[in-house]
Amino acid sequence: MLIKLPKASDCHESDVTPESFYLSRRSLLGGALAGVAASSLPRWASADEASRYADVEAGRAPSWFAEKLPGTKWQAVTVKDEAITPFKDATHYNNFYEFGTGKGDPATNAGSLKTEPWSVVIDGEVAKPGRYALEDFMNPYQLEERIYRLRCVEAWSMVIPWIGFPISALLKQVEPTSKAKYIRFETLQDPKSMPGQRSSFGLIDWPYIEGLRLDEAMNPLAILAVGMYGRELPNQNGAPLRLVVPWKYGFKSVKSIVRISLVSEQPKTTWQSIAADEYGFYANVNPTVDHPRWTQARERRLPSGLFSPNVRETQMFNGYSDEVASLYTDLDLRKNY
Amino acid sequence: MRYPIWRIGVFIVAAVWPLFWLYEAWSSVLGPDPGKVLVDRLGLGTLILLLITLAMTPLQKLSGWAGWIAVRRQLGLWCFAYVVLHLAAYCVFVLGLDWSQLGVELRKRPYIIVGALGFLSLLVLAVTSNRYSQRRLGSRWKKLHRLVYVILGLGLLHMLWIVRADLKEWAIYASIGALLLVLRIPPVMRRIPRLIAKKSLSSTKA
Repeated sequence: MLIKLPKASDCHESDVTPESFYLSRRSLLGGALAGVAASSLPRWASADEASRYADVEAGRAPSWFAEKLPGTKWQAVTVKDEAITPFKDATHYNNFYEFGTGKGDPATNAGSLKTEPWSVVIDGEVAKPGRYALEDFMNPYQLEERIYRLRCVEAWSMVIPWIGFPISALLKQVEPTSKAKYIRFETLQDPKSMPGQRSSFGLIDWPYIEGLRLDEAMNPLAILAVGMYGRELPNQNGAPLRLVVPWKYGFKSVKSIVRISLVSEQPKTTWQSIAADEYGFYANVNPTVDHPRWTQARERRLPSGLFSPNVRETQMFNGYSDEVASLYTDLDLRKNY
Repeated sequence: MRYPIWRIGVFIVAAVWPLFWLYEAWSSVLGPDPGKVLVDRLGLGTLILLLITLAMTPLQKLSGWAGWIAVRRQLGLWCFAYVVLHLAAYCVFVLGLDWSQLGVELRKRPYIIVGALGFLSLLVLAVTSNRYSQRRLGSRWKKLHRLVYVILGLGLLHMLWIVRADLKEWAIYASIGALLLVLRIPPVMRRIPRLIAKKSLSSTKA
C-alpha cells in the first residue's frame, strides 16, 4: 500500500506553467520592457514584504538588495495547487556540506559565512570577463519571484519561493564566445568559515563545482537566486548568490557562488568525482531512473509528519517537462542520468 | 538474580531512547522529516548497542567484575530490538509500506542486502539466546554466536555505503569495532589479565 495524497492535489504537467510565466518571458526581452512591467505591478505586490510569507525570520539585507527588492516582479512563476514549504523547514533542513553533513548543521554553522563584501569572477570563453563586487554584478538585473518545486536526489522535496533573475540575462551581459559550450559554477572555498572543509575525513575535493550545458543555462527556468520568502537568502541556503535549476536534483543548484566560467568542455562536477555511478552530470529529476541505492519514483514532500507521511509520486523533470523536455530529445536519459 | 539494580538500570537506559525520540518527533523538534531521523537514529543505536555488547567481555577481563557479563545477553537483545525498530521505521517512513518496493530494494541494492543479512543474523542470535538453546546446542552454541563478529562487519559496511561525503563518524565506530575485535585475538586476550595483575601488584607495593 502506498500512502498518497488525494489525486485532487496532484499537479498535472499541463498545469505547471502558468500563463504569467510566458508573459514574463516576453517582458524580459528588453530591460526597458522589464522596467515597465515592474512599474505596472498591481498594488498588492508592493504591500509589506516581510509579511508576504508566514513566520519569516527577518534578515539583515545588504543595501543593494533592500534597494532592488521593491521592484521585484512578484509571483512571476508559481506552482499550481501546491503548498509552499514553511520557512522554518526550508531554512533548517539543508544539504550544504561546507557547513557539515547533518541536515541541521548548515543552520547551526553558516552564521560564520561572511557574505559582505562578496565578489564574483566571470571568466573563460566570454567577451567581458572580470571580477565584480556583488552589488555591481547585480546592477543590470530585474528581480523576479519564482516559486519552484525543489527535488533533492535523496528523495525529499519542498516548494520554495525564490527571488532571482534568469541566467540568460547574465549571459547577455557577459557575451559568451562561440567556443563556450558549458557554464561552470564554483562555491566559495574558505575553511576558516566553513567547518566542513576542515574535516580530514572528508571525501569532497573542495571547492564545490557544478555545471550546465549552455542551452540548459539559457532556459528561462534556470535562475541565479539572491533571495527567498521575500527576503535575502539566509546563509544556510546559499547566500548571497546561488543557482536554482528546478528540473534537476537539488545538488546541481550550487550555493554561495564566487566564480562563473564559460567553458568548452563539460566540467567535472563534485558529486560526479565522488561517485560517478550515482550522480551524473545531467541529474535531471527522473522517476524512471533509480539512484543505485534507492528508488526515485517517489518523494517525501516536506514537512512529512510521523503519523501522516507525505509520500507522493515524483514527476518527470520535476513537473517541468513542457519547458525543458525539448532540451533532451536526442539524449538517452538512462545513460545520461 | 545477581546485580538486580544494575540490570534494571541498564534496561531503563536502553529502553528510554526510542521513547524519547518518539516524544521528540511528536513535539516536532526533529524537523520536517522526522521519519528519516528516526530511521537513522535507530540504525546508529543498533550499531552502538552492538559495540557496547561486544565491550562487555573485555571490560570483565580488565576489571574482573562479573556485572559486565550479567548484562551482556540483555544488551544483545536490546541491539536486536533496535534493529527491529530500525527496519519497521524504514518500511513505514521510507518505503511508505509499499511491500512490492521492499522486494525491489532487497534484490537491487547492495546496502539493503547487507543490512538484511545483518538483521537475519541478529534474529538467529536473538532466537537462540535462551538457556534452553544453550543446552540444546552445546558447544555449537558458542560457535554460532561468533556470528556477532560477522554482524559487526555487515553493520559497518551497511553504514559505510550510506555515508558518502565524510567518513569521520564512520571511522570512529569502525576503529572502536576494530579495537574490540583485536582484544579478542588470543595472545592479546591472554595479556589483558596479566596487565591488571601487574598493576595491582605494583599498587600493593606502593
